Amino acid sequence: MVLKLFFPSCCSSADSGILIGRWISEQNSAVILAVVHFPFIPVQVKQYLGDVQRVTKVSVSVLGSWSNSKQEKEESLSEFLEDLGTIFCHEPWIQISKEGDSKFWSCSTLQKHSKNPQEEEIILVYYDQRKVMLSHLHPPLDTAGQRAEDASKLSAIFDTVARSQVLFMTDRYDEGPIKLTHWQSDGVEASIIVELLKQASVPACMLLTFLLSLVSGICRSRVLKFWPLSFLWSKLSTCEQLGHRLQHLQVISSNKKAQNQNQLMRKANIFVSLLMDVALGILLMSWLYRKNRIGHLADTLIPVADHVAEELQDLLQWLMGAPAGLKMNRALDQVLGRFFLYHIHLWISYIHLLSPFIEMILWYVGLSACLGLTVALCILSDIIALLTFHIYCFYVYGARLYCLKIYGLSSLWRLFRGKKWNVLRQRVDSCSYDLDQLFIGTLLFTILLFLLPTTALYYLVFTLLRLLVVIVQGLIHLLVDLIDSLPLYSLILRLCRSYRLAAGVKFRVLEQQDGKPLRLLMQINPLSYGGVVQTYRLPTYSCYPRDSWASLCKKLFLGELIYPWKHKGDKQN
Amino acid sequence: MAEERRFLSASGVPIALRRRQHSASCRELAVRGPRLQLRSLSAATSAVWLAAYGLFALSENSVVLSAAILITLIGLIVYLHFVKIDQESLLVIGSLGIQVTSSYASGKESTTFIEMGQVKDVVINEAIHMQKVIYYLCILIRDPEDPQGVSEVVPLFQSSKPRLDCLIEVYKSCQEILEQRKTAPQSS
Repeated sequence: MVLKLFFPSCCSSADSGILIGRWISEQNSAVILAVVHFPFIPVQVKQYLGDVQRVTKVSVSVLGSWSNSKQEKEESLSEFLEDLGTIFCHEPWIQISKEGDSKFWSCSTLQKHSKNPQEEEIILVYYDQRKVMLSHLHPPLDTAGQRAEDASKLSAIFDTVARSQVLFMTDRYDEGPIKLTHWQSDGVEASIIVELLKQASVPACMLLTFLLSLVSGICRSRVLKFWPLSFLWSKLSTCEQLGHRLQHLQVISSNKKAQNQNQLMRKANIFVSLLMDVALGILLMSWLYRKNRIGHLADTLIPVADHVAEELQDLLQWLMGAPAGLKMNRALDQVLGRFFLYHIHLWISYIHLLSPFIEMILWYVGLSACLGLTVALCILSDIIALLTFHIYCFYVYGARLYCLKIYGLSSLWRLFRGKKWNVLRQRVDSCSYDLDQLFIGTLLFTILLFLLPTTALYYLVFTLLRLLVVIVQGLIHLLVDLIDSLPLYSLILRLCRSYRLAAGVKFRVLEQQDGKPLRLLMQINPLSYGGVVQTYRLPTYSCYPRDSWASLCKKLFLGELIYPWKHKGDKQN
Repeated sequence: MAEERRFLSASGVPIALRRRQHSASCRELAVRGPRLQLRSLSAATSAVWLAAYGLFALSENSVVLSAAILITLIGLIVYLHFVKIDQESLLVIGSLGIQVTSSYASGKESTTFIEMGQVKDVVINEAIHMQKVIYYLCILIRDPEDPQGVSEVVPLFQSSKPRLDCLIEVYKSCQEILEQRKTAPQSS
């Protein structure tokens, strides 16, 4: 049976002493956590280990002896170390000895109670204690509801080192009965900035919670819930984004400490993402307000709206003529064309009415870009929606007309064939009509059928325009979602401290010498960038697409109104 | 102790198998493919630049030339870092697990470690690849719910695709170590 020893590389140069750690009997492996130096009193060592075991729930015990002799091997020391095996009875008692500066150590085990003493092979695995302690193994195994045998061997080792943090607090240089060597012996690491931030975060969180409660109280007030306003708030994507960010701020400023790794990473991701968003927004704002760019923007807005209206008028004139060589029904064509032209004329008049105020409105609205780049993008999307409102109206008119026509046609077609739609049974039944019903029905059917191409063409043109606007808005929302959901903190962690996010381990075979145990170096295999994004993605408030391609085409054909982007919280149709 | 033997891959290119025994229960098997040839590299580069010169002669726009240089550089970096695998190795450590490493031409190494408790067996399987039937070595991963079942198959040496004679050597070396875990009294 092969015995596996996990030895921390920081203890390679420690003075002689005894090894303490955890013995995992199912895997026949020993995880060594620290070295206790001479002189010590065995009773105190046992008491100390008992305390540690109670606090960390890790079964730490004395596993063996470690001798690091700088000169020749001392006989008396080796006898003394064997005698120690009788005081701290542990089965098997591991003895590691290192001579001088040699890389190749000799390990042996003493089995007192085994029936068949056999030479078992020993594998010595070096690991970096600090990195293993700080690392987090993915996919995470939750401790509840998983059988002990199922837990992978590696996670047991990571778990042991991570939970023994209290062991690493006392050191060989501390005054006390126990002198230990572990990763902190190289120099206790702490950062003043981190400690100061931790102290300052508590009052900052309380202040933030207070401000947020004020803001959410105002938002929930009855004044804003009247019907026109609430309808407006639900349609503007800016309000959704602001609400989403408010939720994020509430998550960050909550007083409860993060329970586990996932929650901690989530909080950190939200915080860094918010910071980056606000920084980009302020950058955008500083660029916009320099050299009076807002004024230029406002000056070009009206001519652009005029240009769009002119293009639409040209389009309608083209439709009223003989578009693409198709022959339209003249009367219906003129009616529809004139109706839409008048609509555009009204719209242009309203825009011109607003033109003196545009610059001021833009100036104040641009200030809200300091709340974040996502808010600025949402405002842009809303401005596009407002400016192309007439296209939306045309689409609705065209779609309703076409839809009406299609339903009328299908019902009259049934009449033509002598059938009827049975609403009770939800099926088509045969029906005997009177002669005058048939006559009028057929007449209407013919009229509708021959007017179909005209309506269909108007519907097609305006649907395409509407889809264009929807695509542009969709791209902007895609960008907003990307900024919202990217886990920046996790990505930066993966870049700078890749050992914190571990997908597994990798072993490297070190130099071997015959007769000595096999030497391996265990390193942490970090998670790939794709894995990091997938594991730590922040949830967003919208999910697309609402319809599959087939149902979208069906809706387009029948003339039903389409709203391609669904938001979470929308009632289903 | 290390030994190297030459074999052929499934598409006829020469490959080399190197076996090292580190200890009684630890073996490393590495299959090395041919390195990037200067011939093919210069052929590809000259083809791209000739096309760029042709386009430049037609359009008189020097952006085409700089774009061609950029494309060649970026394409070379992407090819060396993500596509060209120099060496694929298998490290079998009895009682710990099996480690599969692919080293790319740019020096990048991508490693996967599979614990011995999850490994059911290492077998040679047949597969239809494009228009050929090839043999490949794979690791069968145990299904946690079903002790007789296999939850996943991990194919090895996918880019060098050695032929059956090379695979048999690797298979024999692996099985010698895997058998040790059956003879030793196990409780895991």
